[in-house]
Amino acid sequence: MSKYIPVIGLEVHCELKSNSKNFSSASNGEGEVNTNLSVVDIGYPGILPVVNKEAVRKSLMVALALNCEIPEKLSFDRKNYYYPDLPKGYQITQFGNPIGINGYVMIDVDGVEKKISIHDTHLEEDTANMEHLSNYSLIDYNRAGRPLLETVTEPCINSSKEAILYLEALRNIFLYLDVSDARADMGQIRVDVNVSLKRPEDKELGTRVEMKNINSFTTVKEAIEAEIKRQTEILESDGVIEQETRRYDEVNKCTKFLRGKVDAIDYKYYREPNLPEIKLTDNFVDSIKKNMPILEYERKKRYINEYGISNIDAGTLTKDKKLSDYFEDIIINDVNPKETANVIVGFLLGYLNKNNMHIENVEILPKDFGEIIKMMTDGKISNKQVKDIFTKSLNEKKNPLVIAKEMGSQISDKEEIRKIVIEVFKDNPKVVEDYKNGKNVTGFIMGLLMKKTSGKINPGVTNMVLREELEKL
Amino acid sequence: MTDKLIDEIRDKMAKNEVTSDMLFDEAVSLGNKYQSDYNSFVTILEKKEEEEGNSKLSGIPYVLKDNISTKGILTTASSNILKDYIPLYDATVYEKLKKAGAVLVGKTVLDELAMGGTGTTGHTGIVRNPWDKNRMAGGSSSGSVSSVALGIVPFAIGSDTGDSIRKPASYCGVVGYKPTYGRVSRYGLFAFTSSLDHVGVIARSVRDVSYVMDVIKGHDEKDMTSLPDEDIKYEDYLENSVKGKKLFYINEALNIKTDNDNLKEIIKNFENTIDKCRELGMEVEKVDFGMDLLEAIYPVYNVISCAEATSNNSNLTGIPFGSRVEGKNVNDIMMKTRTEGFSELIKRRFVIGSYVLQKENQEKLFLNASRARRLIVDRMNELFKKYDGLIMPATEDIAPLFDKASDKLSDEYLILGNHLVLANFGGFPSITIPSGFVKDMPVGVNITGRAKEDYLVLNIANKLEGTLGYKGQVKNNE
Repeated sequence: MSKYIPVIGLEVHCELKSNSKNFSSASNGEGEVNTNLSVVDIGYPGILPVVNKEAVRKSLMVALALNCEIPEKLSFDRKNYYYPDLPKGYQITQFGNPIGINGYVMIDVDGVEKKISIHDTHLEEDTANMEHLSNYSLIDYNRAGRPLLETVTEPCINSSKEAILYLEALRNIFLYLDVSDARADMGQIRVDVNVSLKRPEDKELGTRVEMKNINSFTTVKEAIEAEIKRQTEILESDGVIEQETRRYDEVNKCTKFLRGKVDAIDYKYYREPNLPEIKLTDNFVDSIKKNMPILEYERKKRYINEYGISNIDAGTLTKDKKLSDYFEDIIINDVNPKETANVIVGFLLGYLNKNNMHIENVEILPKDFGEIIKMMTDGKISNKQVKDIFTKSLNEKKNPLVIAKEMGSQISDKEEIRKIVIEVFKDNPKVVEDYKNGKNVTGFIMGLLMKKTSGKINPGVTNMVLREELEKL
Repeated sequence: MTDKLIDEIRDKMAKNEVTSDMLFDEAVSLGNKYQSDYNSFVTILEKKEEEEGNSKLSGIPYVLKDNISTKGILTTASSNILKDYIPLYDATVYEKLKKAGAVLVGKTVLDELAMGGTGTTGHTGIVRNPWDKNRMAGGSSSGSVSSVALGIVPFAIGSDTGDSIRKPASYCGVVGYKPTYGRVSRYGLFAFTSSLDHVGVIARSVRDVSYVMDVIKGHDEKDMTSLPDEDIKYEDYLENSVKGKKLFYINEALNIKTDNDNLKEIIKNFENTIDKCRELGMEVEKVDFGMDLLEAIYPVYNVISCAEATSNNSNLTGIPFGSRVEGKNVNDIMMKTRTEGFSELIKRRFVIGSYVLQKENQEKLFLNASRARRLIVDRMNELFKKYDGLIMPATEDIAPLFDKASDKLSDEYLILGNHLVLANFGGFPSITIPSGFVKDMPVGVNITGRAKEDYLVLNIANKLEGTLGYKGQVKNNE
């Protein structure tokens, strides 16, 4: 294995969220089979494409987040090929002039930062969904024409681990920018992988093998590893790697031949004549830059530097955007960030993990969550009570503030305790008598106090106050 | 009545001497009467559509070329592959005419998929010239032009990618207009060469063309190449003085040595037309355009149009719509549908188009053709700095006989037979109007102006039409 360095490039297709499709007014959403489509999406004669500004805006956000250069003008090209999932017989994409080029993403590989170079990111339209059955095929055109952003790395990734770290970082960019739900299981993210091997002393890259349309990160990892293994075995036995497209067989955990280089399609790319060049004005690009949401990397930095949260906890919070959003929604109401982080990382995540839940399933409002934390920081309740309240709230799907009220809060105010002590003296004249007669009644009175307040009274303060009041007798 | 000009028809309607129902019935019955001899129509409507708006075109019957999408009405592009295709949506030009109250009478025959200039390749048979049944009407807007020339309707909508409105208009003695690129929305026009395709108008006077243009022009949010709205009406500019306007003609194109007597007559007719221009106070000068550029027009057009046509017609697979031929699997279905659905001429264009777009050929053929197109347009724009328009004989010959094989590499064809494409290359407004007869067949003159100056081209054409005396010309074959 170590004789060869794997060189991996990834092409990630991401479906963008938008009201309508990339070049038509049909809805870009879920729906019954073949309901979200217009004549434009099915390529009826005479139709013309109209660029979806929202999709352009979202693509630019991604291009900027990937530190890409932005072209002065937006243009589109046609990629020509015949397949029933492509109703027009060509796909409108960006070949010569992508919306972003020469970018990069930083990933953290076991504490070492690595730069993943982005060749380009380009906006195109999705194809229809096809299902091939025994002697017929079904086509669902709902997906046809959806805005699809394809991000292509340079061949600069050297292990399956780096590939997954990059994919996670990229997915988080999509999520933090809120341009896509980025769910691989829903086909919203699909990955093409190419792998080649070279020896450390080689200057040129080896022959690359491509695997298309992988729709889970786990499978990407397996496919890369299987392909590295296959290529290594070929090279070890003095074989030659053929340039080809293969597919990963998830059952047998190996890659299988799909088509060779001679069958490669000439897509005959040329400029889409129905879409004139659109100038990307500085104003437009600047307005996008100004409104860019804060990304994972920046949030993590802020958590560490401004809130004093540990590197690990900040990483845990920001790795999941929804969790990080929840955290931010709590602290926005003047709640101590560090204490909040402690409760989330120290308690909540454990609870979710144990119960196979995700932050989305938590029904506690961030405002209420914050109120409970505030009670703790104000000394009204203990850390243990916080956990008890949240556990009960999550178990019973009950408002934590109601639970806190029911459970009551600890009474630690001196004067309040004094009142209760005096009341207990009044209600139990015999015990006062006993004290005056020199009997040690402290323990007995403490019991009475606990009983009267259902144990909510602060024992330390009570002990002190009780002694003071006894001396006054 | 349908063989009259729009103003005359409107006048009769105002006096209640004729109604739109009567006009529709008359157009339908004339259409049916001429159909077996001239074959203008793929479809003649049986029922008049609900009338909508109120405009100069209200109640006026017209026809659409059968490559313009009409919801619920068969639209075949005169191709077998679409012989049963009924669209689900309306083209913008049709929608606008409907809203203006114009009355659709039928859908007209074209050369298959608008590719061709003869009117002989439609799937329902050849279109004949109203002036001589043994001659071609020209194409590809063959049926639209012939139905106007026969007096079936006062105007028709066609499309023009190389000369598909203006050349048949010349052959059939009517007015044919191709506006500035983007002036009329292409939404719903079956694409042939998207960068060269135009929707245009055929009528029997420049004024009638202007009335139609004032209805169908304008920005369309469904067509990103459509121009912003102008706040003017072309009919208001028609009678402006053209004194002092400067026109040029291409010296090389008229300096051809020829044995063709028709061409000699056409040039004589053209010289007469130039005299009329001068009588109107216009200046006309000859200009050396550049032989290299002129000779490039035909091959450049061929390369670009075939390339785009290949891609534009890739939707015709029989999968989401159209006449499907069954096969073993999806690829087999597409292959069989296309093999059986297209004629040999169309397949030939697709093969050329595919060839010039291939990776290894694209730079040398397609991209070089695009560059040459740019050079030709630059030359036109340079001349338009000095001149208001180009004036030329519309064609190099009268309408050809059906058995005549044309020599596509002769000088007269290469240069004088293809200059109309200049207007498509640059998106310039361009009009052909009748200018007389050669051997009893109509001939025309063409005027092409600066992009976006549709009003000026129509103005010059209208004034010239007034002195030439062929306004309202109909070949009445009663």
